[in-house]
Amino acid sequence: MPLTTMDSLTLSHFLLTGAVLFCLGLIGFITRRNLIIMFLCTEMMFQGVAVSLVAFSRYHLNDTGQTFVIFVLTIAAAEAALALGLVVLLFRRKRTLDALAWSQLQG
Amino acid sequence: MSIELIKLIPWIPLLGAALCGVCCMKPAWRKAAGPISALSIFIPFLITCGVYSAASGLTGAEKVQTVYSWIGVGGFQVNMGYFVDRLTMVMLFVVTGIGSLIATYAMGYMKGERGYARFFMGVSLFIFAMTTLVMADNLVLLYLGWEGVGLCSYLLIGYYYEKPEAVAAAKKAFIVNRIGDLGFALGIFLTYKTYGSVSLAEVTTEAAKRLTEGFDPTAADLWIPFLLMLGAFGKSAQIPLYVWLPDAMAGPTPVSALVHAATMVTAGVYMIARLIPVFQLSPAALPTVATIGGVTALLSGTIALCQYDLKKVFAYSTVSQLGYMFLGVGALSTFGGVFHLFTHAFFKALLFLTAGSVMHALAGQLDLRAMSGLRHKMPVTCWLMFVGCLALAGFPLTAGFFSKDTILAAAMTQGTGPHGSTLFLFLALMGLFTAFLTAFYTFRLWFRVFMGPEHFEMGDEHHGDDHGDAHGHGHDDHGHSGGHAHEPHEMPWWPMNAPLAALAIGAVLAGLVFGGWMERSIEGSTAKPVAVAHVESHAAAAPAYQIITVENAAEGHGTEAGAEHAAADSHDDEHHREHTIHIVMMFVSSIIALVGIALAAYFHWLNRPLTDKIATKFAAVVEVLYNKYYVDEFYDMVIVKPLRGFGHLFYLFDQFIINGLVMTVGHIPRLAGWVVRPTQSGKMQGYGLGMVLGVAVVALLVFRWAF
Repeated sequence: MPLTTMDSLTLSHFLLTGAVLFCLGLIGFITRRNLIIMFLCTEMMFQGVAVSLVAFSRYHLNDTGQTFVIFVLTIAAAEAALALGLVVLLFRRKRTLDALAWSQLQG
Repeated sequence: MSIELIKLIPWIPLLGAALCGVCCMKPAWRKAAGPISALSIFIPFLITCGVYSAASGLTGAEKVQTVYSWIGVGGFQVNMGYFVDRLTMVMLFVVTGIGSLIATYAMGYMKGERGYARFFMGVSLFIFAMTTLVMADNLVLLYLGWEGVGLCSYLLIGYYYEKPEAVAAAKKAFIVNRIGDLGFALGIFLTYKTYGSVSLAEVTTEAAKRLTEGFDPTAADLWIPFLLMLGAFGKSAQIPLYVWLPDAMAGPTPVSALVHAATMVTAGVYMIARLIPVFQLSPAALPTVATIGGVTALLSGTIALCQYDLKKVFAYSTVSQLGYMFLGVGALSTFGGVFHLFTHAFFKALLFLTAGSVMHALAGQLDLRAMSGLRHKMPVTCWLMFVGCLALAGFPLTAGFFSKDTILAAAMTQGTGPHGSTLFLFLALMGLFTAFLTAFYTFRLWFRVFMGPEHFEMGDEHHGDDHGDAHGHGHDDHGHSGGHAHEPHEMPWWPMNAPLAALAIGAVLAGLVFGGWMERSIEGSTAKPVAVAHVESHAAAAPAYQIITVENAAEGHGTEAGAEHAAADSHDDEHHREHTIHIVMMFVSSIIALVGIALAAYFHWLNRPLTDKIATKFAAVVEVLYNKYYVDEFYDMVIVKPLRGFGHLFYLFDQFIINGLVMTVGHIPRLAGWVVRPTQSGKMQGYGLGMVLGVAVVALLVFRWAF
């Protein structure tokens, strides 16, 4: 049963899942002003792209995509540590996580 | 002593200047600057004495002592080299000898000044530039020294930079000198173009060759002397560029003595004497020099009559004496010009420094009307200045008497006899009248200051109170109590009156002792006027002779032997005539000097009320003379104001046209920025949205194209 269920899942389902993840992340990034939430949203966009890559890899029976995702995840982990560190620093400066507090560069 | 040592002479004062500069850094080191500077001038003097015999023996190419190659561009080669002949040695004696005496005096005079080290740095630097000027073996190096002394003059006049008049005087001196120096620079360019060299030895040799060969002067030959002359008139304060020198008295008195009386201002005379063959090539050049000199001597002599400022009197007197030197050089007597330069250095330095002592004693008081009968208060200064005045007035057997007489006799020789020129006769008479004026104004000053009833008003410079260092000086040296109740006091012997005594000895004896030496020195240098065939030399000297020249030449062509004989005869006659004129002039000028002194004694010592009465009667004349013929006002109206007007016009052009254009160009990016600036909101969400929309648009386009 599970197999048939799996069989009925086509490439489009996976791509749709990836796209939904990506769009949710994107909307979150644009609408939220909390730095940590915005950061989490970018992570979500990442995962959307990763799902698409894995799906394509499986579909074409080519391992390159999956290998690439492993690498991306590794680097994303490192990047997450760095980004959170930055967020902490920014918070210390202004005692707020509001992204609007950092808009001095406006023209 | 080895002749090589002479190369060190300019560099020792430069080192001294650097050390004085170091002394500026810490107040505790300042005191060292005076001795360092004096020593850095005195050592070159010792070197000058030491190498004198070796230097006078040099011949031909040995005279050029090259230190290193300075500028080499293609065929144009300028060396940092020194031309050592006997004229150089004379000038070195004056610059380093008088310079070390004045520096020693200044050690006392400037004591306690805040800028003590800065002052001595200027003095040492000046001596570096001045020795470079007189030792240069080429015109470019000479120009370097020339500008160097100008710079030091500017720095030293502006020494009291808090005083607006000192700053204005410094700027005036610098700017007026620029006019002259422009002429000088152009003269050097034209010299290089004409003679193909800037080396003094080559230029003078070539000019002398052209003279003796009866070379027909080209336009360049005629113009070079006039351009060089302009430089000399600027530096040596002659009409029309003399106006800076009287104002330059705003500097400290030792500077007036060293830079503006004894050495720098004589650079013009030195330059013309050095290049005399070049000047001889142009028939009108030397008469012009003589005329300017004679007229300047007379005019500034009359101005000196009615000045009340002690230093101004001597300043105008300096201008007047420089006029004499130019008259001498212009009358082809470079000996007379340089001799007067030499003696003048002694007595005018002495006069300025004694005036400085009076000023020092009276706390900066310089007004003749505010002092009288100081002989008991300052006996030494009184008699030292008396000696200086005698020499300046040309009292028989003093230094000024011999040199002035040489000049007047030379002018008279040119002005009388078969080839006599009325111009020179007139100039000689003018010179005699100026000699009378000189004697009168000199002793007017001396009698006013030292004779008559004792009376004085102190000036407002409390040199004992204002600055801490000077306080001790007042007590130690003269022991008068407290900072109040200032009385005029005599200067201490060391370091002030002793150098003055040396100068006084020079002022008395320099003429008598050094006359023959000086004549031989000039004979053995490039300053010796080129003796062309007799008749031609006159032709070269003055245009007025030219008609006679033609006549004589026509006669001479008759029989050659007869002509030669006649020439030899006339040479003997000429010599005899010169001698007679010399003797006559000696008597005449002695009488004139004595009359001048006697009249000054009557009017300014014995019968002052009468003088005041006469002065009130001729108030208009006195007014004009007191205001220096309104020359400054005239220059201001004719030159300075129109130039300022032009400057304002150019300023407006610059502001609106040039600046407007540039600003317009600058406004374009600013405008563009103003248009797109609102898109930069500084909000991350905005950028994010922009990016998403951008990607969406691109994706849409790609999608449309792809399918």
